[in-house]
Amino acid sequence: MSLHVSSAPHVHDKDTTQSIMRDVLIAMLPTTVMGVYCFGFNAALLCVLGVAAAVLAEYGYQKITHQKVRISDLSAAVTGLLVALNLPGNAPWWMPVVGSFIAIVLVKQLFGGIGDNFMNPALTARGIMLASWPVRMTAWYLPTFCKGVDAVSSATVLGGYKASTLDMFLGFIPGTIGEVSKVAILIGFAYLLIRKVISWRIPVVFVGTFAVLAAIFRMDQDVLTSVLSGGLLFGAVFMATDYTTSPMTEVGQYIYAFGCGLILAVIRKWGSYTEGVTYAILIMNVVTPLIDKFVKIRVYGQEKAKKEVKANV
Amino acid sequence: MSKSNKPKLSSVFLNGIITENPTFRLVLGTCPTIATTTSVINAVGMGAAASFVLIGSNFVISLLRNFIPDKVRIPCFIVVICTFVTIVQLLLQAYVPSLYASLGMFIPLIVVNCIILARAEAFASKNGPLASAVDGLGMGLGFTMAITIIACVRELLGTGCIAGVNILGSGYEPMLISTMAPGGFMVFGLTLGAANIIMKSIEKKKKAKEAA
Amino acid sequence: MTPVMQTNSCGNVLLFFVSCVLSHNFIFSRFLGCCPFLGVSNKVETAAGMGLAVTFVMGLASLFTSAVYQYVLYPLQLTYLDTISFILIIAGLVQFVEMFLKKSSPALYKSLGIYLPLITTNCAVLGVATLNTSAQYDILSAVLNGVFGALGFLLAITLMAGVRERLETSHIPEQFKGFPIGLFMAGLMSVAFMGFNGLV
Repeated sequence: MSLHVSSAPHVHDKDTTQSIMRDVLIAMLPTTVMGVYCFGFNAALLCVLGVAAAVLAEYGYQKITHQKVRISDLSAAVTGLLVALNLPGNAPWWMPVVGSFIAIVLVKQLFGGIGDNFMNPALTARGIMLASWPVRMTAWYLPTFCKGVDAVSSATVLGGYKASTLDMFLGFIPGTIGEVSKVAILIGFAYLLIRKVISWRIPVVFVGTFAVLAAIFRMDQDVLTSVLSGGLLFGAVFMATDYTTSPMTEVGQYIYAFGCGLILAVIRKWGSYTEGVTYAILIMNVVTPLIDKFVKIRVYGQEKAKKEVKANV
Repeated sequence: MSKSNKPKLSSVFLNGIITENPTFRLVLGTCPTIATTTSVINAVGMGAAASFVLIGSNFVISLLRNFIPDKVRIPCFIVVICTFVTIVQLLLQAYVPSLYASLGMFIPLIVVNCIILARAEAFASKNGPLASAVDGLGMGLGFTMAITIIACVRELLGTGCIAGVNILGSGYEPMLISTMAPGGFMVFGLTLGAANIIMKSIEKKKKAKEAA
Repeated sequence: MTPVMQTNSCGNVLLFFVSCVLSHNFIFSRFLGCCPFLGVSNKVETAAGMGLAVTFVMGLASLFTSAVYQYVLYPLQLTYLDTISFILIIAGLVQFVEMFLKKSSPALYKSLGIYLPLITTNCAVLGVATLNTSAQYDILSAVLNGVFGALGFLLAITLMAGVRERLETSHIPEQFKGFPIGLFMAGLMSVAFMGFNGLV
């Protein structure tokens, strides 16, 4: 997602933002369905609550501050769903509510609303919740709903759970609601590419960099397992590509994606977190303004064409 | 300084607490604010230590103000401040070692707390010893109050308690980040914004009253 | 708290660097030096200049303060005078840097404005001197701690300035402009930096 990056004043073409956000929601549908299939009713409830809380928070904030209510652009709904998809399937009901509130009010609206936030709202909310309720946020369960068995707690693949490659592809592994099914994420990725909502650059370079570094650093898992486990694909497709918080230029996007992959590899290898996708992307979000400031190279005149697209968003 | 425009002690006192509150209005001393607002006890301890230094240094600097050459006044102020900080440091170490341990390096860092040097420069070097001491007291109280408010929010969110007394009950799941570094920055920022909103609305009401 | 490091090999120096710059960043996890961090972070160039000035001062300050502590205060049993002697050393150093910059780079001197003398009251500088003595670093480790810590400050203030430049035209609520949003931004950035926890 690399549109809408210009500084204010933003020309909000509601229909365009809305149609992009609708595409993103559609793209997240397969992984949401798979997550619910794996983790059951509670996962569905978390998604509904996350979206509802985000939309309500946006509506309430814009009403209180006497702004035009923009919930119909669907960006709040996307944020809310992302917050929920970043939770473990058995999280309590208040977590998506608190997370959506943090994401919408504190990370997005406090900086001026859509396009003005400098860090990805849903991901920042996840970071804050991970630091606040570490036990809740890392209480993983086996995806047993589909097999009609009660939830059993387990480590993730990164934490030592052994899973077959096929299970990791399909999503029958412990993890957050949205991250488990790689097939579903790839379907969403393909949809976003076809609809030209995002370019391949950030996700592919991010995952590629990480895979190469994983091979060099010799992680505990083999390269394929490292790539397929945890939230790497989910983060690379749906979070790292956020328009507002990733660089504008093509070169900038390569640097950004490379940085994400590098930091992720370093955190997974040496850091205290077994999973580091959240932090890798957040750190590169913070670096993005500097990248945009210093990388203004135009490649083959493509930038101009892209800028015009941006102006329309 | 002529006697005719001698400041009124009560207004000097209130100045530090409200109009020029060092934390909420002037935003000085950010680092100790974030470092020591993890719990109410720490905040009050820090506030008391800083107040002691403020009153003492203001008083002494005011006494010496006619003897200190203008060109070297800042180093002289720092030496005076430093003396009081060392006194506080030794006193705490001897009598309240637990507080000394939890405030850690932020006790010696009172020396570079901008509030103290700013008051020496802006007030004590121009006013009499009594007024300067009162100014120090007001500023110290203002600082203590502000950081205690922030500490209340952080401790309540982060542990469910205020000054160790459980408020939110056992069902509350503490938001741990609140007592960590990010929480310090965020709660401070939000409290500052809230203080601005409150001050603005008070000013508005005042203006409306004056107009009416 | 600060891990005690032996700076006897390149690997350890690298670890020490990572620790000071990333996982124990002066701003984001030790909240030292917040005043200039918030005050001089409106422009990337000025922020970087300030960071470099602080790096220079902090390296020198670490050298002199730890030397004075080890060879003068400690043998003479005058360690209770540490704070006062440290602050005087720092004040002198800042004066020196100011004169040096005035001669060599008037543009930078002008843009740093009133903040240059304020390095004296930058708690990161006195803080690093205090940290050095409480962690009982030898002189080399102390200097590295000063320089690396300041590089962490440089990183933080440059990132902050980048974000601030970008947010210059955003619709931040009136009451939150300036310090409140600055502190809040620092908080969010500090959340991101938590990812480096446990690296060293």
